Amino acid sequence: MPAISSRRFFYVQVVVVTLAAGLMLVPLLWVLILSLKDSAALMSDTASAFSPPYTLENYANIIGGQQVSTWLLNSTIVSLAMTAGVLLLSSLAGYGFSRLEFPGRDALFVIVLLGLAIPEQAVIIGRHQLFSAISMHNSYTALVVPGLSMPFGVFLMTQYFRAIPLEIDEAARLDGASRFRIFWRILLPLTIPAQATLGIFTFFQAWNDYWWPLVSATNHDMLTLTVGIASTQVNFAQAEGLGFLMAQAVFAGAPMLLIYVIFQKYIVRAVAGAAGK
Amino acid sequence: MLFVMPYLCLFILMLIVPLAMGIRLSFTRGDLFGIKEFVGLENYARLLADPVFLRTVWNTVYFVILTVPSLTIAGLLLALALNRETRWAAIMRGIFFASFVLSVTVVTLIWRLVLIPNGGLAGVIAKAFGAEPISFLGDQNWAMLSIAMTTIWWGIGLPMVLFLAALQQVPRDLYEAAALDNASRSRMLFAITLPAISRTIALVLVIEIILQFQLFGQPQLMTSGGPNNSTRPIVLFIYESGWSQWQLGYASAAAQILFALIAMVAMVQYRISSRKESR
Repeated sequence: MPAISSRRFFYVQVVVVTLAAGLMLVPLLWVLILSLKDSAALMSDTASAFSPPYTLENYANIIGGQQVSTWLLNSTIVSLAMTAGVLLLSSLAGYGFSRLEFPGRDALFVIVLLGLAIPEQAVIIGRHQLFSAISMHNSYTALVVPGLSMPFGVFLMTQYFRAIPLEIDEAARLDGASRFRIFWRILLPLTIPAQATLGIFTFFQAWNDYWWPLVSATNHDMLTLTVGIASTQVNFAQAEGLGFLMAQAVFAGAPMLLIYVIFQKYIVRAVAGAAGK
Repeated sequence: MLFVMPYLCLFILMLIVPLAMGIRLSFTRGDLFGIKEFVGLENYARLLADPVFLRTVWNTVYFVILTVPSLTIAGLLLALALNRETRWAAIMRGIFFASFVLSVTVVTLIWRLVLIPNGGLAGVIAKAFGAEPISFLGDQNWAMLSIAMTTIWWGIGLPMVLFLAALQQVPRDLYEAAALDNASRSRMLFAITLPAISRTIALVLVIEIILQFQLFGQPQLMTSGGPNNSTRPIVLFIYESGWSQWQLGYASAAAQILFALIAMVAMVQYRISSRKESR
């Protein structure tokens, strides 16, 4: 008897979960079909989205237009620069905190860890004033540098370096390798899994960051894609037409979903690892 | 020391200095051009007497109550159902996590197009059944619920993934032993699974509370805090006092209050994770 009821229980689960997954997809599919419709047709009735004709015109307009491609480029530059910067700084600091002896090291590390608890809201006004004071808003520097101060990467890399046996360093030192060489050629390659986790996490964080770029980049040409999409939503239904707006949403969301599908395993691990800190 | 220096400089410049500036500003009447005069605790006193600010605190708490238990329970149920090595489970996990990678602006754009009464999907469906479309984002009774639903759709992947990671750590032989004893499924759930992942449940609760306390983009983009302030959270209040009204001192004081609230929750998280390491 238990075998049968257990099978039935399994099928109930499959049906319920599959239905829920379908509901998760409905909003995405709705936006996708809207994006394939002529904006004028949607103006009179959005229910027309369920019947042809469909068109790729909205996407052609996006790719042909300046605006969205500029934002896409900005987002790419900012996210890649922040990722590279975080990886470099965190690796250096992680090595320093785990391998080098210097006065106040442990106290400093604790202070950095406490920085994990500082929410963006508590520092954003001060940051904004700092960049105003040196007239640096509307620059890539302003968009990238604040993100480099996040303590999470240092924490992660320090933990990772600590897990590497000291014997490896000692063997290399006996061979006459310099400290920097040990770090760069021997230890760093061993941390690649952690670099992947941290890199993916930082890239997504940078790409989806909203509040800081919203207040720092006010010049239309310096917007990131995330903020740019927000700026076109302001006067929404009338502005450029629903179809075009929806195509923008698809255009902005698709790269992230694509990266997600390709790197799913690493992304899930990165997120689970970051949250479990 | 040389290795740590570059990061420490940024840490001080971009985290500690702005934090100190924010705290200092909160005791002054600061505006666009910087600090005007020192006013002591006046900003804090004004905040605690400001009905709009108090409303935002309540709205934020209400939002946390709406989202955190649902996210935690739904995430746990999904993880329990999908913790198996079948093709189907892998696809389902992929779907439930996918929306989490989208930015807040894309998520709100999608959901506005579902929720607007005039031509939104909800409206189209309502019309098809001959019902009057509801203005979800324009109705005080619905607006916060709609934002909560959008947020759950956006964030359900995170608790699911955290619970899945925890479930994989539960020793399999516990279940085998229980199966030999003919233990029922619900008994295994309550006697083995839930106790084994109790620390993760607590951790997910704390992480979600901190995350949802920082609600900002969804109401800013979907309702602008309206109708009638019913969806204005603390962070939107900080943003508007800071960047639309340029009352930087006032905004900073509100930010420090939020920081204190979050720090209290973070302390709980710290206690939970340090207990893990001592075990």
